[in-house]
Amino acid sequence: MNTAGFETADEKSRGAINIRNVTKVYDPDGACVLAVDNCSMDISAGEFCVVVGPSGCGKTTLLNAIAGFHGISGGEIYLDGELLCTSERMPKPGSDRIVVFQNGALFPWFTVLENVTFGPVMQGVMAKKDAEDKALHMMGQMGLQGISMNYPSEISSGMRRRVEIARALMNNPRVLLLDEPFRAMDALTKTVVHQFLLNVYDEYKTTIFFITHDLDEAIFLGSKVYIMTTRPATIKKILEVTIPRPRDFRILASPEYQRLRDECISAVHEEAVKAFKAGEREM
Amino acid sequence: MHDNATSPSHGEGLAPVENDFIRILKKRASSVAFWRGIASIVAFTLFWEFCARFHVPVIGNVPAPSEVLASLAVQIKLAYYWLSWADSMIRIFTGFIIAQIIGVPLGLFLGANNKARETLFPIFEIMRPVPPLAWVPVSVIFWPSAEMSMIFVTFLGAFFTVVLNIVEGITSIDIRYIRAAYSLGSTKRDIFWRVLLPASLPSVVVGMTVGMGITWAVVVAAEMIATNTGLGFLTWRGYVAGEYPIIVVGMMSIGLAGYLSSALIRYVGAKFTPWLKTR
Repeated sequence: MNTAGFETADEKSRGAINIRNVTKVYDPDGACVLAVDNCSMDISAGEFCVVVGPSGCGKTTLLNAIAGFHGISGGEIYLDGELLCTSERMPKPGSDRIVVFQNGALFPWFTVLENVTFGPVMQGVMAKKDAEDKALHMMGQMGLQGISMNYPSEISSGMRRRVEIARALMNNPRVLLLDEPFRAMDALTKTVVHQFLLNVYDEYKTTIFFITHDLDEAIFLGSKVYIMTTRPATIKKILEVTIPRPRDFRILASPEYQRLRDECISAVHEEAVKAFKAGEREM
Repeated sequence: MHDNATSPSHGEGLAPVENDFIRILKKRASSVAFWRGIASIVAFTLFWEFCARFHVPVIGNVPAPSEVLASLAVQIKLAYYWLSWADSMIRIFTGFIIAQIIGVPLGLFLGANNKARETLFPIFEIMRPVPPLAWVPVSVIFWPSAEMSMIFVTFLGAFFTVVLNIVEGITSIDIRYIRAAYSLGSTKRDIFWRVLLPASLPSVVVGMTVGMGITWAVVVAAEMIATNTGLGFLTWRGYVAGEYPIIVVGMMSIGLAGYLSSALIRYVGAKFTPWLKTR
């Protein structure tokens, strides 16, 4: 196995994901729908991997399989060289693979601080006081001071998403799974949370598996952009984003960015048209 | 107005909550809407008084506000009047609290356990449409004393509402919260205590508030039928004895008692769901 080197992985090189010929068939009411077809990806440890594809193409299916929310029908997924999923084996959700959801899943009934310390306290790896100290320290570094005693409903949506990322990082996960986390945000808030995520990534170098269908977001944030085909999903193209880090909004004007964007658009456009036509046929 | 002008100086030394209360009161008193409401109530009372004095058909049969006030002044000096309050309140809260003690855990259990819900919920579906008052004759036969049968129907009034609300509250929890909690390392037990329970609390409070309203409707009717104490009976006795002002005193007392009980539930409910405050 090409991932054998990760068995002795240190802190900095955790979170390699190898997706091998994964297939997922949904079978509601006996009508088989092939969501993911023979899809393979190799995500190296510490990579900021962005997956782009048309709506409903099966991106989230992959993410949910890694997270342990549902199983796969064929193929294997490895995490740091260890077998994570097969068609027979569905992993339990765990704090080494934390998901940040599209609409956010901070618990409304807990304060920001209770939310951020939830992981370590639940797992019993930290005393409540220690977890709180760590959370406050971490939130301070991330520019999230002064809101620890607020309820999520009392802070802005951009703030909430940042808190949720902090909640995930408190568990020192091997991989951070982000499922279109900034989808419903306005353009201005997006620029703030994008910069935040870039800073966090530069600081923690956690492997990130980021799903989106916003191409600008994909190139601005990612190290590699995986473009998926329309359903059944498989990898159509992989773009290496060679723009150096740390990045900020100025790279949006660079020729390199424009080139990547054009390349990305042409690949995605084809799939979007296919998806659209398939939709029409179904109607 | 004079009261409002002096109250802030009284309020300064008080706890912040009371300061808030006074501030809200002051704000209300300075709004046009508040005085419009007051004017409407005054106009209504005058109209009612007028109709009663001049024997306007139908409405004129109702005792005039002045008679009602006079009757109220007499009633509040009588121990019997306050005993009626106490009797009704005891019935309400006994039935209501038993309904919560049984209903809340049962609702949580049915909400959290799919198999149990599928098995037992149809019984609730059948029982629910039966108005609690329709239970009065059965419960009079069933229970040894009138008191117990009244508490039983009060219990029923609150019980179904609270169970249904909790089940609804739990089954409509967004799967994201449960998934997030599992991801963060929760056990099934943690999920119950830290996700299902708090997530269903707002529904519990709504269920309790609605249940409290139903409880008053039920107890008043039950008192008219099955006993000779309580605010419901006080009202009924006013009718039987031909003392019409007492009927209105009884009606108003029931309204006030219902309002106070619901306000108490809302107050306690807000304490348990601090994240829902809208300020």
